[in-house]
Amino acid sequence: MRVTATVNGRERDADGVWECESLLTLLRERWGLLGSKNACEQGECGSCTVLLDGAAVCSCLVAAGQVQGREVQTVEGVDDPAVHRAFADEGAVQCGFCTPGLVVAVHGLLRRNPAPADPEIREALAGNLCRCTGYEKILDAVRSAAEEARS
Amino acid sequence: MTSTEHASRVTGGVGESPARPDATLKTSGEFAFASDLVAEDMLWGATVRSPHPYARIRGVDVGPALATAGVFAVLTHEDVPGENAYGVKVRDQPVLAVDVVRYVGEPVAIVSADSPEAARLAAERVVVDYEPLEPVLDPIRAAHDKSLPALHENGNVVRHQRIRSGDPDPRAEVVVSATYTIGMQDQAFLGPEAGLAVPAEDGGVDLYLATQDLHSDLEQTARALGLAEDKVRLTMSGVGGAFGGREDLSIQVHCCLLALRTGRPVKMVHGREESFVGHVHRHPARMRYEHGATRDGELVYIKAQLYFDGGAYASKTPVVVSNGTALGTGPYVVPNVELDAWGVYTNNPPCGAMRGLGAVQPTFAYESQMDRLAEALGMDPVELRLRNVLTEGDRLPTGQVVDSPVAVPKLLDRLRGMPLPPSLPSGADVRDLPGGVSNTTHGEGIARGVGYGVTIKNVCYSEGADDFSTARVRLELVGGEPLATVHTAAAEVGQGIVTVQQQIARTELGVRRVNVHPNDTSVGPAGSSSASRQTYVTGGAVHAACVAVREVVLHRVADEHAVAVDALTLTDGAVSLDGEVLADLAEVLDTAVEEKREFHHRPTFPMDDEGASDRVHVQHAFSAHRAVVDVDTELGLVKVVALDCVQDVGRAMHPDAVLGQIQGGATQGLGLALMEEVSVSDGRIVNGSFTDYLIPTVLDVPPMRIEVLEEADPNAPYGVRGVGEPPTITATPAVVAAVRAATGRELTHIPVTPTRLLGLDGEEQQ
Amino acid sequence: MESTAPAPVVGTEFLRPATLREALEAKAQHPEAVPIAGGTDVMVEVNFGRARPPALLDLTGIAECDEWSADSGVVRLGAGVSYARVITELADRLPGLATASRTVGSPQIRNRGTIAGNLGSASPAGDSFPPLVASDASVELSSVRGARRVRAAEFCTGPKQSVLAVDELITAIHVPEATGPQQFSKVGPRNAMVIAVCSFALSLSPGRVGTGIGSAGPAPLTAPEAEAFLASELDGWWESPTPLADSVVRRFGELVAEATAPIDDVRGSARYRRHALAVLARRTLAWACAEGVAR
Repeated sequence: MRVTATVNGRERDADGVWECESLLTLLRERWGLLGSKNACEQGECGSCTVLLDGAAVCSCLVAAGQVQGREVQTVEGVDDPAVHRAFADEGAVQCGFCTPGLVVAVHGLLRRNPAPADPEIREALAGNLCRCTGYEKILDAVRSAAEEARS
Repeated sequence: MTSTEHASRVTGGVGESPARPDATLKTSGEFAFASDLVAEDMLWGATVRSPHPYARIRGVDVGPALATAGVFAVLTHEDVPGENAYGVKVRDQPVLAVDVVRYVGEPVAIVSADSPEAARLAAERVVVDYEPLEPVLDPIRAAHDKSLPALHENGNVVRHQRIRSGDPDPRAEVVVSATYTIGMQDQAFLGPEAGLAVPAEDGGVDLYLATQDLHSDLEQTARALGLAEDKVRLTMSGVGGAFGGREDLSIQVHCCLLALRTGRPVKMVHGREESFVGHVHRHPARMRYEHGATRDGELVYIKAQLYFDGGAYASKTPVVVSNGTALGTGPYVVPNVELDAWGVYTNNPPCGAMRGLGAVQPTFAYESQMDRLAEALGMDPVELRLRNVLTEGDRLPTGQVVDSPVAVPKLLDRLRGMPLPPSLPSGADVRDLPGGVSNTTHGEGIARGVGYGVTIKNVCYSEGADDFSTARVRLELVGGEPLATVHTAAAEVGQGIVTVQQQIARTELGVRRVNVHPNDTSVGPAGSSSASRQTYVTGGAVHAACVAVREVVLHRVADEHAVAVDALTLTDGAVSLDGEVLADLAEVLDTAVEEKREFHHRPTFPMDDEGASDRVHVQHAFSAHRAVVDVDTELGLVKVVALDCVQDVGRAMHPDAVLGQIQGGATQGLGLALMEEVSVSDGRIVNGSFTDYLIPTVLDVPPMRIEVLEEADPNAPYGVRGVGEPPTITATPAVVAAVRAATGRELTHIPVTPTRLLGLDGEEQQ
Repeated sequence: MESTAPAPVVGTEFLRPATLREALEAKAQHPEAVPIAGGTDVMVEVNFGRARPPALLDLTGIAECDEWSADSGVVRLGAGVSYARVITELADRLPGLATASRTVGSPQIRNRGTIAGNLGSASPAGDSFPPLVASDASVELSSVRGARRVRAAEFCTGPKQSVLAVDELITAIHVPEATGPQQFSKVGPRNAMVIAVCSFALSLSPGRVGTGIGSAGPAPLTAPEAEAFLASELDGWWESPTPLADSVVRRFGELVAEATAPIDDVRGSARYRRHALAVLARRTLAWACAEGVAR
């Protein structure tokens, strides 16, 4: 089938999409947007997080056909220097596999809530697993990005 | 910034915390992991795996698979051109099963097709005729029961190692004993196994992959392919975490076989379910310990029997047995030791390397024993540890003298001195309570506990392995500015070795710009990113190569200015004599300087039959953890409130990365204590997904207070002491001890799930 | 580099109705079609290769399903309403369901997953069941043949089994608004992102006690004896709410535990589940009464 969607502000389409294909596969294999990662295939890790019409979702659980005519924002389209810089500067990146999903999730969080308290950050990021950092430096990065965005 | 570039101090050297060179690409999503690789005309590979823990293969029919649309090749063991056997320690594992399968998930055939779906479908259509056999599943029986079928030529014992030291019949006034068991832990790295093999015109193959050890993979892959090692070229792609799970081969040979057969690039990527059977796990263990002590708390003896279930193939089992034995009595002086460790073959999933290799299991047991002993003696657990702790110059049970500072007393003192978290306020947010947002308590049933854990872990390879790394460093002018390029095969698995290499080059060569060449097999081996060794050995090699490059540079200036080379320094982009600049580095680099060096650490020696060795390990590392937990004593749910750590790292090469290692390591240890267990039933993994194999989320991890000591090891480059493993090891016993303190329960099995915490895991009383 | 698009292997149809009418017609014509909304269950099966549905029936394009409305004390929850919206928009009217929704998966899952989808998967561990059962909600099932209502307690008939006919879709859930305290509590071995080891919901209103039990039997359960016991204990209580006697709270817990039929599985033992449900029943009752006292 054919799927057309607005991805990172640009209209994209694909032909011959398998009807059971996930948005994640569509993004990665057909549109070459490899920033969204596949780590669990079941919405448990958050590595494939994208914004669908502005809401954070796991792209592995969205059927490709469901994005027809809708807006998708992937990590490639997250123009949020404060978040990017904070992740690099605070040491929140180790292997980096979870990082793109976290960047999207944090971008979404701070847009909704520019000054989240720690429990709110934790609840908002509970769906983004990280196996390397122990999350401490990720929390530092979110606090720092929030502060920078406010100042 | 001062007026001239070379007069400014070069920043980002050893001891600072410069940003990782790969951080920007990783945050933008542009960093290419192995699963992101693509090539024109690429095919996809898939693996046909055994559904049985133990079975004879009577036949394989690839016909229906070959007839599937889009399929290009279906290969079995008959298509393995080289030696159909591999293994990191023992070559006992077939690339593709021949006449028998020994675990659920063992590769039997491989297929390639023009889409992942087609490959998966074709794999389902390979018909394998199995004759199921009675599997060997109990590791203790595997060790001792000769009536069981031998799973390999030499029987079912991979390694049995003893330690006998001191008086064989010691007398103690106080004796405590218990049996401890530990479940199978998964590395659960987020980036699944992946690789892309591209056939080359010379009949060889280029493999782009995620691994911990390029050269170990190269050696094993070339042998299986029947190709000379220069025909198989491995290049590191982005690695999505490793933690030991990428030391053994996974897709390497399969991917190359398919590429060579089809003449097309072939990509293989594991899904999460396949990843759970596609790599080794941490050995489950059963450990009986008996500790004897004097009434005033001095250890008299330890007797222990440890069983490690290695599963179907040896992998790192021999090393797990080695570490479990040599480190099995902990960071304590124990005059009399009688310890036996067995690593065995069974038909369970293969187990091998995971962070804290072979030390995680005994540390849980002996630290639990120290708490038990403290209780029996009516002593403070920290006091008991301090009373028995190793110091420099003491002998380990192997006879090895500890020849560098042992900071354990300081670690415990500092830890004990750290402030405790405030007690729970009434009306606390549910996110701060056991159960979290699941809303299981509003404060009912909560008890707080505090627990400690200490460990000793070897760093680098041990027992006589020639442990070394290779570095090539090139210094040249690029765009009019000096640029150093460092080339090693050291696997960057997230830990930050890529940054450390840059830092060393900056410090030794006084240059600002340092490139780290992509890791590949065109430079000599670096060994694996494991055993907390990469900063030690590759750091040592980069240091040595930089020093050699510097010598050449200084000689050029010494010759031109007719001064003694020893008097010259290379700092901040210039060569100076007594603080006066003689030459800008740029002036000296009319031709590039390139040097290659290997760094070998001091030799180590195998243990003998009694466990004796003058130097089993080249270095030991120590950490201590204190955990504070709130336990819902009625529901068995735990909230870790604090997980504080003091660790001696010798030298903090990159202080931020050191913290990251401690925080991340501790989190994996917390996971093992409370939730992480690969459940195996009749040899089959029953929870191979992130829905059922749980790792800690950000709501499970507490703030961590960390102090880092730097007591240099005089024998190590920069005085470094391996960082990555000890915190993983100590977090587990500390958390469990805290839960015990809160509940008074024995808790001899980890992970301590709610069911186990309450002792409700037995049969239901009707 | 060229894209390496996977080719379709098994023919599947992707049905994308724009109206409810079209959806019901599509389901009638393609009874084998698997309805998909948030995809949080369907796509897992597909991704793991456990299901290759011959057709997907996408419900996310149907505007009528995305709405909720309240009328005469009953909320009609359209099938497309996500957990996230229940949490932010319905916490006052349906506090039990909102509390349960907050325990579902991650924010990403809650943004996407729906209550109707949770019911459709018919897992005894589904987090929506206990609060819906406790408040005696009903499920609206529609087909071209017409619409019918089934009590939430009778919807799921076993693991992954429900009364849904092959040509039917869940179109809405009718949930009575809370007229008294509601609580939900769920045990999982992690502080977030867990499937229930067991869960319990309690709904109190003058003259009615509702319970809902998750993950302790082949289907979501209620505890009728516990309900009857507590209802009689609460007779007259509403006029002047006071904390209940310990013996009452304890007895309620016992009766809830007795109503269960749990099994041992990888997530927990039957013994644990029975024990934990008694604890959850006691605690949620105490919280509900405290709320009643505070009112």
